[in-house]
Amino acid sequence: MFCQKVRSMQENMTKSGIFIGAFCLLFSISLTAHKTLTSAQNGSQADTLDYPRTFGFGRAATLEEIALLDTDVRPDGKGLPAGSGKVADGKLVYAAKCSGCHGVTGVEGPNDALVTVKNPADQKTKARSKTIGNYWPYATTVFDYIKRAMPFNQPGSLTDQDVYNLTAFLLHENGLIKPDEVINAQTLPKVIMPARDFFVPDDRQDGPEIR
Amino acid sequence: MPDRKGDKPLVTEKKISRRTLLAGAATAAVVLAQTASGKSFQAALTKSELHLLEDPTKVPGVPPGTLGTRSPFEKPAKAPSDISSRTPLQDLFGTITPSDLHFERNHNGVPAIDPAKYELVIHGMVDKPMVFTLADLKRFPSVSRIAFLECSGNYRSAADGKITPQQICGLTSQSEWTGVKLSTLFREVGVSPKSTWFLAEGGDAAVMTRSVPVAKGWEDAIVCYAQNGEAIRPEQGYPVRLFLPGWEGNINVKWLRRIELSDQPFQTRQETSKYTEAIGGGKIRQFSFTIDARSIITYPSYPQKVERGWIEIRGIAWSGRGKVVRVEVSTDAGKTWKPAELQEPVMDKAHTVFRYLWNWNGQLTEILSRTVDETGYTQPFLKELMAARGGNMGYHFNPVTAWYIQKDGQVLFKAT
Ligand code: HEC
Repeated sequence: MFCQKVRSMQENMTKSGIFIGAFCLLFSISLTAHKTLTSAQNGSQADTLDYPRTFGFGRAATLEEIALLDTDVRPDGKGLPAGSGKVADGKLVYAAKCSGCHGVTGVEGPNDALVTVKNPADQKTKARSKTIGNYWPYATTVFDYIKRAMPFNQPGSLTDQDVYNLTAFLLHENGLIKPDEVINAQTLPKVIMPARDFFVPDDRQDGPEIR
Repeated sequence: MPDRKGDKPLVTEKKISRRTLLAGAATAAVVLAQTASGKSFQAALTKSELHLLEDPTKVPGVPPGTLGTRSPFEKPAKAPSDISSRTPLQDLFGTITPSDLHFERNHNGVPAIDPAKYELVIHGMVDKPMVFTLADLKRFPSVSRIAFLECSGNYRSAADGKITPQQICGLTSQSEWTGVKLSTLFREVGVSPKSTWFLAEGGDAAVMTRSVPVAKGWEDAIVCYAQNGEAIRPEQGYPVRLFLPGWEGNINVKWLRRIELSDQPFQTRQETSKYTEAIGGGKIRQFSFTIDARSIITYPSYPQKVERGWIEIRGIAWSGRGKVVRVEVSTDAGKTWKPAELQEPVMDKAHTVFRYLWNWNGQLTEILSRTVDETGYTQPFLKELMAARGGNMGYHFNPVTAWYIQKDGQVLFKAT
């Protein structure tokens, strides 16, 4: 029985082999007739110049569907929604939705420290501390990131109001704004971030130098 | 042992060969079993049931199946942590990483995306904001490219030397990537000549975002839907990911759902709080995309033990700036260096295999490799790199790695 199966399979294969062979022959003839073949070397991009102006694949995006996805916030504040946030209100949201993973005061963990420890007694804390207050160059990133990714176990669940409040709270805990300052689309891009001046664009040149 | 229709399987329990015992760690294997009436079927056998026959030339083998299987004797495995999983470099041959062994780094798990519902939106500074389905993307002219992908946070060491290539730098892998050139899509939507940066956004639980210079999009970026001949694996971005040859892993956004053209970077968390490195003088380097040239000897390496006599030293070398032009090997702790043989074809921004034949005399020594890429950059020693970065370690750390070989043949890692 097994042998029978094998024999019939072999017959099938021979038939399809002939078929594929004939197909390949036709195909190669049509290709050579078309134009001289060019080869694309490991992903080279030079061969797009003779493409048509448009292929016509895909469809136009509607403003509504773009708006649903487009929540990003740029350093100049473009993308920030309406509304505003307060430090005191953010404190409550933080205690309820964030402190479990980031600690009661934002330094205890178990996940990333969110608050810069000033003059830590433990030198190790200083060495490890890359936080909003001493490492983040733009305040707008705080809003953008919390809105898209936090809380980690329920991403995308916060309202813009929550995010504004949390942003105000975290900026205050990091010593970047006063307790009564209001955070909104106008004020957030203007918050001065001490780390901004540390950042330099890639200084490596494509050459022998070790950098 | 499965027993179909009351037939007694011919495979008996009596004979347990030495090989079977060696394969004792096997948890499951697919073998051909035959019933007394001569019917054969594939059976998945568990550890206790796995007893291979003494002589495979005396019984018919397993008939063709719908999916290939790895030999139950071979058990390469990724090494997972909460946030990443590493490629077992020391267990691989050649340069293509089997897709299921490709390293992984996620920012909130692997999402399940229905390809029928998948859409890529391209908008911002374009003439025509557009939406592409997976089928649309596959209709465009395609491109394939073999290239490495490496996480920029890819160096670890261990003071006791007990660390494998997988643990040192297993966040690098290589695949053949297939997709549509981003430049083709840029032309389709009519990217404004004034646009300088674009945001790439993933559809995972981190909704991961990175800013990419538009110039890279025109140069060689690929919107990929395939890896090593089949659809991209979920861990690698199924159904679609961005691939930027030679650039740090994180910016090759997986599960790509949106591209927004802009005239400035967005300063996302992943390009400010993370994936930036201190370089001394209080400075933090940002937008350092390119992977610097690197090599590592994968054989011999920890935890292997070698014997005196001929040893083919093997490893991989790569550079995000272009081709590897040379790999040098030292077998005397760095006193002298000899050129290793490079396996052709040596490709741009790709893992390249190197080999060096060595006759070990059984004495204590250290073996090292260093590579030079086509820009003239020589892979630095750890000390040189630390000095150049003001004593800091961090992302983009590519030092020469040494293997210390003890008299008893035990191989141990050694920092340079
Ligand atoms: C279930 C645990 C959990 C909860 C709850 C949580 N986070 Fe997080 N958070 C994380 C993890 C894990 C990371 C790191 C993610 C990564 O690196 O990709 C993180 C990262 C962050 C970061 C970036 C830190 C940095 O330095 O880059 C911020 C800011 C943050 N969380 C804010 C919040 C806020 C605000 C809340 C409450 C709304 C919150 N998180 C709730 C786990 C949590």
